[in-house]
Amino acid sequence: MVRTLAMFTDTSLCIGCRACQVACKQWNELGLEVPEWTGGYQNHAHFTDKTYRLVRFIEEPGGKPNGDLAWLLMSDVCKHCAEAGCLDACPTGAIYRTEYGTVNINQDVCNGCRYCVSSCPFGVVSFNESTGTAKKCTFCNDRIHNGLGPACAKACPTESIQFGFRDELVGKAAKRVEKLKAMGFKDAQLYGADAKGFLGGLNAFFLLLAKPSTYDLPDNPRLPQRNVMVDSLLSIGSALVVGLGVLLSFRERGKGGPHA
Amino acid sequence: MTTNLIDMQNSDVIMATSNMAENHPVGFQWVMKAKERGAKLIHVDPRYTRTSAAADIHLPLRSGTNIAFFGGLINYAIAKNLYFRDYVVHYTNASFLIDPAFKTPTDLDGLFTGYDPAKKVYDRSSWKYQVDGEGNPRRDNTLKDPQTVFQLLKRHYSRYTPDMIEKVCGIPKAKFEEVAQLYCSNSGPEKTGAITYALNLTQHTNGVENIRSLCMLQLLLGNVGRPGGGVVALRGHANVQGATDLELLYHELPGYLPMPLRDQHPDLKTYLERETPKGGFWVNRPKFMVSLLKAFYGDAATKDNDFGYQWLPKRASADAYSHQHMFVDMYEGKIKGFLADGQNPAVGGPNAKLTRAAMAKLDWLLVVDIFLTETAEFWKAPGINAQDIKTEVFFLPAAPAAEKDGSLTNTMRLIQWHDKAVTPPGDVHSDADFFCSLAHRLQKLYAGSKKDRDKGFLAANFTYGAKPDEPEMVEVLKEINGVATEDITDKDGKLVYRKGQPLNSFAHLTDDGKTTSGCWIYTGVTVEVDGKLVNKAAGRKPADDKDYLAHGWGFAWPANRRILYNRAAADLRGKPWSEKKKLIWWDANAPGQKPEDKGKWVGLDVPDFNAFLAPDAKNGDKPFIMRTDLVGGFFGPLNDGPFPEHYEPVESPTKNLLSKTQINPVVKIWKVPDQKNELAPVGSPDYPYVITTYRLTEHHLSGVMSRYLPMLAELHHSHFAEISHELARELGIENGEKITVLSPRGKVHVTAMVTHRIKPFTINGKTVHQIGVPWHWGWKGVDELPGSRGDITNDLSATVGDPNVYIQETKAFVCNVKKGVV
Repeated sequence: MVRTLAMFTDTSLCIGCRACQVACKQWNELGLEVPEWTGGYQNHAHFTDKTYRLVRFIEEPGGKPNGDLAWLLMSDVCKHCAEAGCLDACPTGAIYRTEYGTVNINQDVCNGCRYCVSSCPFGVVSFNESTGTAKKCTFCNDRIHNGLGPACAKACPTESIQFGFRDELVGKAAKRVEKLKAMGFKDAQLYGADAKGFLGGLNAFFLLLAKPSTYDLPDNPRLPQRNVMVDSLLSIGSALVVGLGVLLSFRERGKGGPHA
Repeated sequence: MTTNLIDMQNSDVIMATSNMAENHPVGFQWVMKAKERGAKLIHVDPRYTRTSAAADIHLPLRSGTNIAFFGGLINYAIAKNLYFRDYVVHYTNASFLIDPAFKTPTDLDGLFTGYDPAKKVYDRSSWKYQVDGEGNPRRDNTLKDPQTVFQLLKRHYSRYTPDMIEKVCGIPKAKFEEVAQLYCSNSGPEKTGAITYALNLTQHTNGVENIRSLCMLQLLLGNVGRPGGGVVALRGHANVQGATDLELLYHELPGYLPMPLRDQHPDLKTYLERETPKGGFWVNRPKFMVSLLKAFYGDAATKDNDFGYQWLPKRASADAYSHQHMFVDMYEGKIKGFLADGQNPAVGGPNAKLTRAAMAKLDWLLVVDIFLTETAEFWKAPGINAQDIKTEVFFLPAAPAAEKDGSLTNTMRLIQWHDKAVTPPGDVHSDADFFCSLAHRLQKLYAGSKKDRDKGFLAANFTYGAKPDEPEMVEVLKEINGVATEDITDKDGKLVYRKGQPLNSFAHLTDDGKTTSGCWIYTGVTVEVDGKLVNKAAGRKPADDKDYLAHGWGFAWPANRRILYNRAAADLRGKPWSEKKKLIWWDANAPGQKPEDKGKWVGLDVPDFNAFLAPDAKNGDKPFIMRTDLVGGFFGPLNDGPFPEHYEPVESPTKNLLSKTQINPVVKIWKVPDQKNELAPVGSPDYPYVITTYRLTEHHLSGVMSRYLPMLAELHHSHFAEISHELARELGIENGEKITVLSPRGKVHVTAMVTHRIKPFTINGKTVHQIGVPWHWGWKGVDELPGSRGDITNDLSATVGDPNVYIQETKAFVCNVKKGVV
């Protein structure tokens, strides 16, 4: 595998212009989508089979260092996780990892089972009814294999979305967090930068100005598959307890006590 | 715009008064860069927007109180001694003495000397400098004389106290002082600040004075002509600057030459005498004007016929043919035909209902546009019965930028060339094709005319290149640039320009007919190098360490200068005010103009004046070369007063708290028949809320280039109004509910967006609610996206105008809000 490519989205530089969202739609030829009312500027409410880049708008009273209202703007995207739930769950091998470390869905092989949809901890993967396949961001696979960056990063006017080698971007991101903390953004933090952290690190990682849940991100994302063992053990445990209870109840009866 | 967006990265503080992040997101990268370098960003705006999100401080002020705010800052800077004294004394008219008869609103309850209440104009005879025996302005460099501009200014703005700002603007005193201290303390040799503005300041009945007030603050703090400083005028779309330079305007000819007035300018001699000042760079106006006439009329323009001056149309009055005036005339039946090229006034113009009603009175309407706009189909407007409309409407499909060669001049005076990417489909043509073809057909129609008035039009050239109706755009740019009409030699007989050769500089223009120039400020954009035409607008050399202003990228008028008035970046002796803020400076050892001379202005930009004019030579210390007196003007020339004074918008919820003069005393309010321009009285209980209209990143102007594109149109659910939680509670409105917004002119139905980003103001102790409504929607859009269609916000605004340029007041008026669709 060649050096891992990544996207670093620095939300402190995002101005919510949505050039990324539109560039993504345009390059990937994603179709029209009737928006629902989200209460504010954000459209759409969540990722869909036609929205791979989604700028989130979050009003956070008191969220600025000086106590003023913050309007948190964040361009969200598929995380291309090092431990990708979608990839693990795919029964046909349609979902694969590229030599750059990105995770793609081979549309010709996808059989539309949607296991990947429920396996994504971030709600990224979506099902397209007309093609009968799963859809998500590819980091503009066609562009990056031809020496161009993803359309979203190219369109970003403020370098909020940076594309490059993961190791370089992580170093840059760490310095940026320190700088922001010194400027009074006490909750500034990286999300998914740490390769030893959750999901083995995200190849699209973020700098956030508030805790992840503020941005509708799980604080500590896990693969649903990881719950299988625990849940299975719990189920076995429950079965044992119930069984034991039943046996005990028979024993009580068999004793033929005073209340029998 | 005095500066360059790239240079904003050098600011120590930036005050955005416009919504730059949303409306100029690409330029905003330089604001973000400045922030990276430690600059503070202040956002002054009634609404909390995406610019506020990026700002260190958001300061909401009630719409229509900008002069009160800037006046307050001027007062603060003077009172706290935070202004840049050396700059003010030497580079502005602060030290000039004013006629003793001149009085300010401090003495005259909101008026300046000379007001005629019957005619609603000022007699400006006392608004002048005291002069010495030689006619030069008298000065007091100590600034102590009570008749100095500085002392008059100080006294005028002494009324603009933080307490007054709190009452008028609704800005809490402590918050105002925090911002005033932050902005004004970034002044002096080592520091600079930039202020951005856009339609937020212009679209008011004191629009020009709004801008003057911010310019005055910048002069006071020494922020013009220096790196990181400047007046950052942000234009409304990609080529507004170009449209202004080439003057798609009613009152000027290309290159900011006044459009002649019928009664004041009967002939060229009178025109040039009246319009050519005694000092400053405009002394060259005759050269620019004659070269323009030569560009228009070619060989037919001769000295004997005043170079065809009489063929120019003349204005009937100062406001005639301005946008609003035109539609009032149209409604009154005075205009029979209308050509709307790339404009959608049925949605985008003020009092849009009047606009549409006016178009119904036309005999014919021709719309040239890239989509079938509301203007092209005004007869299909909701509530209109097409059978009642007699207007014959034509539509010609136009090619957008990607389908044609040409240039756009962006907000920083940067002319950038673009090549055609694809050929337009079918019978679609560029504007240039259309106008050349139209002109040729008209010339054929009038070919036999013997009338004097037709001679100019018949003589004018509309052919550029081999195909008459398909102009080669580089040839058009060359005409704008200007050429020699005959061989031009220097005094030694050496050939300087061959006949037909493009000129390198507007300094070479003459008033004898030997040169042409379609717009003098653009001269130098196309030059000849080794016999080949070089289009500098197509240059694409990006900025680097040696040239941070990227002089190889496009061509910035004038003379590829990136920062105007840059003489002010150096002190009187020509040294940079500080190493940190150096831009151009006098190098006494550099080779001079002649072999025996030494000394030249050098540095990081093109000097703003004669590069060999030593700092100690006459006028070598005067940076503001376009002004007659060569210095920055605190004391100014506008119709509504030499100093900006706060008046309330024409429609306001409050009395003017500063004086008894409620509104701009010389404001233009058009009388329109049939109750088509009703106005709400001050403090009207029927229309208790302030409304401001604005744009969003996702849409473009009247929506013609965005409502039809699903990927843009779907980014907003539907037409909406932003209202505060407080107002929503008062009216029982839920977020997402349909509401009705009403003004005396009309009403719109929109979705209520209830947000923390809008807050009520406390004005003089009372709560005043303000709402915001974007104006991109109209009844046309994408069928599959019902939210791409919506009511026309401009049906709410009025036909009132600024007294200098007659711009509308769509940023501050009053409305009512009702729950539901009523």
